[in-house]
Amino acid sequence: MPATEFQASQISWMSRNKLVVMPWAFLIPALIFFAIYVVIPIFQSITLSFYEWNGLYDGDGNSTAIWVGFENYKRLWSDPKFWVSLKNNVLWLSLFMLAVPLGLFIALFLNQTVPGMRFYKSMFFFPFVISQVVVGLTFGWFYNPDFGVVGGLWKLAFCEETVNILGNVTFKCSRTPPDILSSSQYATYGIIAAGLWPQVAYCMILYLTGLNNVAVEQIEAGRLDGAKGWKMLWYLVLPQLRPATFIALVVTVIGALRSFDMIAVMTQGGPYGSTNVLSYYMFETAISEYGERYGYGSSIATVLFIIMLFFISYFLWRMYKDEKSVS
Amino acid sequence: MIHNTKTLLAGVAAAAFMVTGALADDLRINFDDLNPGPKKAFEDMVEMFKAENPEINVIVNINDREAHKTAIRNFLTADAPDITSWYPGNRMGPFVDAGLFEAVDDVWADAGFDEEMAAIKPTMTRDGKIWGVPYSYYQWGIYYRKDIFDLLKIAEPKTWAELMASCKVMNDNGVKPFTIGTKYLWTAAGVFDYINLRTNGYDVHNNLTAGKIKYTDDRIKQTFVNWKQMMDECGFVDNHASMSWQDALAPFANGDAAMYVMGNFAVGGMKDAGLTEEQIDYFQFPEITAGLPRAEEAPADAFFIPSNAKNKEDAKKFLAFVGRADVQTKMNAQIGQLPVNSKAEVSDNKFIQEGFATVSTAAGIAQFYDRDAPAAMAKAGMEGFQRFMLDPSSLDEILTELDRIQGEVYK
Repeated sequence: MPATEFQASQISWMSRNKLVVMPWAFLIPALIFFAIYVVIPIFQSITLSFYEWNGLYDGDGNSTAIWVGFENYKRLWSDPKFWVSLKNNVLWLSLFMLAVPLGLFIALFLNQTVPGMRFYKSMFFFPFVISQVVVGLTFGWFYNPDFGVVGGLWKLAFCEETVNILGNVTFKCSRTPPDILSSSQYATYGIIAAGLWPQVAYCMILYLTGLNNVAVEQIEAGRLDGAKGWKMLWYLVLPQLRPATFIALVVTVIGALRSFDMIAVMTQGGPYGSTNVLSYYMFETAISEYGERYGYGSSIATVLFIIMLFFISYFLWRMYKDEKSVS
Repeated sequence: MIHNTKTLLAGVAAAAFMVTGALADDLRINFDDLNPGPKKAFEDMVEMFKAENPEINVIVNINDREAHKTAIRNFLTADAPDITSWYPGNRMGPFVDAGLFEAVDDVWADAGFDEEMAAIKPTMTRDGKIWGVPYSYYQWGIYYRKDIFDLLKIAEPKTWAELMASCKVMNDNGVKPFTIGTKYLWTAAGVFDYINLRTNGYDVHNNLTAGKIKYTDDRIKQTFVNWKQMMDECGFVDNHASMSWQDALAPFANGDAAMYVMGNFAVGGMKDAGLTEEQIDYFQFPEITAGLPRAEEAPADAFFIPSNAKNKEDAKKFLAFVGRADVQTKMNAQIGQLPVNSKAEVSDNKFIQEGFATVSTAAGIAQFYDRDAPAAMAKAGMEGFQRFMLDPSSLDEILTELDRIQGEVYK
C-alpha cells in the first residue's frame, strides 16, 4: 500500500537523519527567542545610532527620527560625560577583578571540615542570593553621613551632642563627616565596594565547587615531596582550579561591564554624572525622564556592545581552543 | 415584579452597551495623580461634569505620575484617549512638534479664557497656538520656621541685603539658614531660577531656557555671583547632595535649619514631620535687582486633547468646563493649590492665600527650569547647579560645558 510505504520511507528518513535533525529541533525555539530579543535588537540599536530621535511617532504612527549619519558618534567624542563613563567602566573592570582572588581565599578558608561549616558557607554566599537593589540600598544607608554606620562612627569620634536654639538635640562636629556617595572623587569606589560584596561570594562558590574536584592523590604526592603553603597552592591546587578561574573571570568581567542596578539605586549616576558608567549613561540619555535622545543613547549602546564583543569573542575563542585540545 | 423586570432589562441593556464597546458619546480621560487628595478632587470634578452633561459617558483612567510620563509616549499614538493631563511649557513641546496634540484656540476664545487666564497663556502657547487648558498651579518661595524667626527677632526679609543680614543673625546663633536636598537635582534648579529671576528678570529666564542666551553670558554669571554670596553668607546644610527634598525636611523640622526654597507641596511634608501651621510661614523670594518686575515660579498642570482622540467635540466641552472659575475654585480647594482662572476664589488656608497674592500679582510666571528648558538641557543644567553647590570653584568649567550642550540641544 502506498500510504504505509510512504510512512516507512518517512520513518527511515527520520531515523537516518536523527542526529542531524534532533539538535536543530531542540535549538530552534531558543534560536527564535535569541533572534527576537538579542540579535535583531542589536542591529536595530546600531541603526538607530545614526538617527536623531526623541522616541515619538506622529499621529499616523510614522517615526519622527531624522538621519544624522555619524553625528552622534562625533558628539560622543566631545562629550566629557561619555569619557567619565568610559573611565568609570575601566575602573569597575579593574577593581572588580579583586573579586577573583578574594573569592579564592575565602573558598580556601572555608574548605575545611569543621562542625557547622555549611552554615558559614551559606552566610558567605548570602550576598549573592539577595537582590543587587537590596545590596545597593544597604550600602547606601551604610555610607550615609547622617544616620549611617559611617556617620555614626564619625559622630563618636568627632562630634559632640548639644542642643540647638529650640532645645532639640543636635550634633556639632569639629570636622564634617565624609559624604562618600556625594563626592565625585570617592563615590565610584563606594559603589564598586558594594558591588564587590556579592561578586566575591559568586567567585567563592565557583572555587568551592572547584575545590571539591581537586585530586587528593596529587596533594598527597605533593606533600610527600615536601610542597606546602604557597608552593602547594601555586603548583598543585591552582592548576587544578583552572576551569573555575576561567569561569570566575568571565562572570566578573561581564558583571563589571553591565553594572547598572547598583548605580541606579545608590547615586543615579550622580553627583553631577561622576559615577556614570556606559550602561547607565545610555539609560539616562535614552529612556529616563530627562533623556528622550534615543539616537544618542543607541550610539552609547553600540560602543558598549563593541567593548563587550571584544571580551566575549576572547572568551569564546578560549573555550573553543580548550575543547579542541581536550578532544 | 414590574420594577424588577425593569431593572433586569436595564441591566441587559447596559451589558449590551458594554459589549458594543466605545460609543460616540464616550469621553475617555487619562489623569495622572493617584494621591488621595488630587484623585478625589478630579473624580468629584468628573461627577460635576457628568451631572451637567448626562448624555456624555465619561470613562476615567487614573495612573501614577511617573507611570503616566512613560505611558503617554505610547498611548498618544497607539490608543489615544480624548483628554490627557500633561504639563505646559517645554514639556508639551515634543508632543506638539510631533503633531500629537490638538490646538484649542477656539476653546479659549469661546470660553473667554484669553482674559481669565491671561497670565498663563504664554506658557500654554507654542508656534502661535494654544494647546491645552490648565487646571491648577502652586507657588514657590521661601518657607521658614516662624518660631525661630520670632526667637531671633528677624522679620521677613524683603530685599537681598535684608536676607543676608538675617542669615548673619541665624549663623551667629548656630542656626543653618537654608536646608536643601539636591540628590534628585531639581531642588537646586528652584534656587537658581529664583536668583536668576530676581537678578535678571523674566525675559532673561525665558531666553535662557529657550536657548537664546548663553550660560557664559555676563548676566547669568551675575546670577551665580549672587548664588555664591548666598552660599557664603547664608549657607546650606551639609551633605545636601545625599538628601532628597524629603530628607532635607529633617534639619528643618529639628530646628537646625530655618528656611527652605520650595514649592507649596512641601507644607504637607512639613506638617507630616510634626510641625504645626503656627511654626511655619511663607515669604516671597526677596528682591535682588531693585525695581525689576517680580516674576514667580508656578508650575501648572493642564489637560490636553490628543490629535488622535475620537471624540474631540465633547473633549472641547470638557476643557471649557475645566477652565471655568467655579470648577477651578472647587477643585483647587480640594487639592490645596491655586486655581489658574483669575475669577476663581481661593480657600482660606494661609499658604494658599499668600500664594495667590504672590502669583496673581506677578509680572510673569515661570514653569520651572526643568519644564521650561528641553529635557537634555534641563538634565545637564541641573547637574551643573548641583556641581556648583558642591564646588563653586568649577563654575567656569560648568558654564562652558553648558554652552556646548546648549549648542547641541537647540537647533
